[in-house]
Amino acid sequence: MVIAVKPADSGGPQREVESKGLKAWLFKRLPVKEFIETQATGYYAPKNFNIWYFFGFIAMVVLVLQLVTGIFLTMFYKPGEATSFDSVEFIMREVDYGWLIRYLHSTGASAFFFVVYLHMYRALMYGSYRAPRELLWLFGMLIYLALMAEAFMGYVLPWGNMSYWAANVIVNIFGTIPVIGPTLVEWIRGDYGIADSTLNRFFALHVVAVPLALLLLVVLHLVALRRTGSNNPDGIEIKAKLGPDGHPVDGIPFHPYYSVKDSFGISVFLVIFAVVVFFAPTLGGYFLEHANFEPTDIFSTPNPITPSWYFTPYYAILRAIPDQRMGALLMALSLLCFLLLPWLDRSPVKSIRYKGPLSKAFLALFTVSFLGLMYLGLQEPTGIYIYLGRLATGGYFAFFILMPFYTRMERCKPVPDRVRFQAHG
Amino acid sequence: MVRVNRARPGLLCSGFAALLFVAGGVACAADDSAPASSAADATASAPAAAPGSVQAAMALAAKVAQQQQADKKKKDEEERLRGFGADWESWGADNSVADIASLQRGLRDFAGYCRGCHALKYMRYSRMATDLQITPDQLQQFLLPAGAKASDYVATPMPSADALTWFGKVPPDLSLIARSRGTDYLYRLFTTYYVDPSRSTGANNLQLPGIAMPHMLSSLEGPKAAVFRMENGQQVFDHFVQLAPGSMSREEYQATVRDLVNFLDYVGEPSQVLRRSLGVKVVLFLLAFTALTYLLKREYWKNVH
Repeated sequence: MVIAVKPADSGGPQREVESKGLKAWLFKRLPVKEFIETQATGYYAPKNFNIWYFFGFIAMVVLVLQLVTGIFLTMFYKPGEATSFDSVEFIMREVDYGWLIRYLHSTGASAFFFVVYLHMYRALMYGSYRAPRELLWLFGMLIYLALMAEAFMGYVLPWGNMSYWAANVIVNIFGTIPVIGPTLVEWIRGDYGIADSTLNRFFALHVVAVPLALLLLVVLHLVALRRTGSNNPDGIEIKAKLGPDGHPVDGIPFHPYYSVKDSFGISVFLVIFAVVVFFAPTLGGYFLEHANFEPTDIFSTPNPITPSWYFTPYYAILRAIPDQRMGALLMALSLLCFLLLPWLDRSPVKSIRYKGPLSKAFLALFTVSFLGLMYLGLQEPTGIYIYLGRLATGGYFAFFILMPFYTRMERCKPVPDRVRFQAHG
Repeated sequence: MVRVNRARPGLLCSGFAALLFVAGGVACAADDSAPASSAADATASAPAAAPGSVQAAMALAAKVAQQQQADKKKKDEEERLRGFGADWESWGADNSVADIASLQRGLRDFAGYCRGCHALKYMRYSRMATDLQITPDQLQQFLLPAGAKASDYVATPMPSADALTWFGKVPPDLSLIARSRGTDYLYRLFTTYYVDPSRSTGANNLQLPGIAMPHMLSSLEGPKAAVFRMENGQQVFDHFVQLAPGSMSREEYQATVRDLVNFLDYVGEPSQVLRRSLGVKVVLFLLAFTALTYLLKREYWKNVH
């Protein structure tokens, strides 16, 4: 189809006919070209990104994967106490490649947390949460919180025995809130116990409300990123050094440089992802728990009740204190700490590369504590594990609470003028 | 996480018995290696002893086989007297769902011994027939209950109300039992039954103490007793003693259980064979794709200094 675009309106005789065809027709009506120019070919990113900078893009691909597989699952899944479990097995056995869609979705949930944790850790290392990127960080944290809600409600939908009992544990956490707690829990469940009404509202939230919120937050996250530009492993602003063409001298256009680099990153990720989906979809019970292959039984509690691996650090913090209310408060605080991070860090430099030994030691402490809590959340809280749990909780909070002090006390290394970059062979 | 119901005290306290068994095992292993090495010697020395003589080699091989059989008989007898099973917690199914013949035997035994009480409510006869290479005629003749269609799910004729009266609980559906409990659990369940007159079914089980299910395969395995010892005031399992032979040898019985567990493994996830074979292709494709994207990336980044 060829549609001639005439410069008749007001352009005058000297204005050329730019181009012909569908492309021109479209470009006149939609700012496609401008969008590509500002967001891809004209968006300059620092050239010194390392492996840690793959995970944001991978997280976005996983989000799309979850949305697409989720749509197909919704076509066959039937929410309801009497139908949920059966419909999941129907998908696994009788829907053509239903097992594949389901495993992609269940493995995708774990993969999402895996890459988001690495993405967040990158920000911790290189100070990506610091000014002027506070909002970028906050939007990211909101995405993380929305993701937790999304994952939890999705976990309940198959209505296996672990779904039911995990829902009980998690929802009851809200019951520890003074005064309004018990009423709030009843309001969340829509019944006096986790029941059909709970399952159906979790379905509505899981497939409509939270995904919409997630998409909005991802857009805000990206818009904020485009405004400030990406941080980099050296933690210096590339916009401070502009070349004669007005672009940062240490920046390269996102497309084609990072689009081809990210497509390599996503291929490596997909290889690992496919190995799990096709050869170990339950990952020994970590991605799909054995107890969840039994339908909900309100008379039989799985022993022990364990949350999914990505929630275990917080579960371990919850259990670190014998008092349930204080434990819940501590767990809420442990998440809140992340939100305050941009204002806790007082270091003159952003990147761990140039921070002093104290910052490095505390980041190491946090890393060990977080991984330790992740492990401890899967163990039964007995004997030495109780004390290790408290110790790790202490390490977790020390990283945040002491940050305003140790970041100011230490001596930092001088920050270079330009980013450090070695040309790739 | 793997949530196999391990009997913790048993694990801790059977150390002494395990030690004994390991010692015994080492002795047995030494016995095992003897015929093997003599067989190797035989084949190596045969041409030297009688060049070109096939008969001589065959006679030697027959002698070795005879010797092996005698050794095995002796070992079995020793084991019967000494008892066995101290290491039951390490027993595993070691099954393969790619083994169609094993799955067929498992289905046959399921239909014979289990279907009377247990259903597979998510499994259609027609699907099993396709996957296990059973012809429609064979399905009709040997497997389908009277009046059932090939597309029917595997049901049990036993009414739930009767089951509740007879066993105190309704026998669970077994569609997902291999996924929720694991294949090793099921293997140990069928291999650790023992005679216990205090139970109404006359049988008890190490894997699931107080099990409601009678030992359906007892005639195959033969009755065995469990010997317990006292440790810190607690009864701890020590070993099994075979009271009378069953219709099968122990190896045959273990193979039968393995087939049955294999079948339940298949039933738990009928698509798993397809999943793995498709996975190989997908991963190979993705590896090739990764190589391409790597080359593309390297080409573009040549300009970046």
